[in-house]
Amino acid sequence: MKLWLAVLIASAGCALLKFAGFVVPARLLESAAARRTLEALPVTLLSALIAVSVFATGNHLMLDSRAAGLAVALILVAIRAPFLVVVVAACATAAGVHAL
Amino acid sequence: MSEPPRDDHPTGGETRKAAERRIRNRALTIGISVTPFGLSFGAVSVEAHLSVIQVCLLSLALFSGASQFALVSVIGAGGSYFSAVGTALLLGVRNGLYGARINALLRPTGWRRFVMADVTIDESTAMAVSEAPAGHAARAFWSTALTVYVLWNLATIIGALVGNAFGSPATTGLDVAGPAAFIALLAPRLTTMRMRTVALASGVIALVTVPLVPVGAPILIGGLTAVALLLVFDR
Repeated sequence: MKLWLAVLIASAGCALLKFAGFVVPARLLESAAARRTLEALPVTLLSALIAVSVFATGNHLMLDSRAAGLAVALILVAIRAPFLVVVVAACATAAGVHAL
Repeated sequence: MSEPPRDDHPTGGETRKAAERRIRNRALTIGISVTPFGLSFGAVSVEAHLSVIQVCLLSLALFSGASQFALVSVIGAGGSYFSAVGTALLLGVRNGLYGARINALLRPTGWRRFVMADVTIDESTAMAVSEAPAGHAARAFWSTALTVYVLWNLATIIGALVGNAFGSPATTGLDVAGPAAFIALLAPRLTTMRMRTVALASGVIALVTVPLVPVGAPILIGGLTAVALLLVFDR
């Protein structure tokens, strides 16, 4: 019963959080600063997500095979490699280093 | 509908067909790369004593990988339901922030807002933002959202019913599929030193707070602080 409650509250809560962004009043977003903030937010949030998903596990900082995969991805993106190549090469590198 | 194309996009002059093919291939790559996580989620959830219906409901309704994993991991580890739900919600906050940007970019109306909100996640947002300068934000958003939604839910139910036969994402290197894809998608937005510095600052700030605050909070702290820095610098 408690488990059902947790599943339902988490689902409803996360759905509400997602919807919250769509009901921000338009007049709040008219200023130049608000527009710049809004344009930059996905970029900074995804950057933080990349950092945390590569260099952390739970509350601990980690330096492991994921860092090698990230380095390869950065190099390939810098030389404008195709998207699929970036993703596959990063995974292959991380798997290779992990197997060492 | 969406913001007009800008001239600064590196793919300027490409045909519509080429853009459509690029978006379809990228959406498919992202969809395939989340599949092992879906399998793993289904398997882990059943081990944490969730019923198959509960597991599927999470993927159908909650639909946000990080929040879903946090919820079942805390429950599976014997943590309180309170902290399980709290962590899931904290990880879900960034979807709301993405939502504000997606709403401004695509301006959905009526029932479309609900559907769009429920599939506003890291992957669909990254693709929409990446394709926005070329004017393909809507196509990129929907292609990615639907591909990930279908494959994530299929993978979840298979994982829940037959377990995870593919091993952990770490041994296959798939734990960097997401970060690698996001870097490639953000690249067109990181052409100026100013944006690169801000993105780097966001990552560093997030990492500094990792040992100090609950899981989920570092991403928000990094992302919001970096945007605040950007506004201060631009003054």
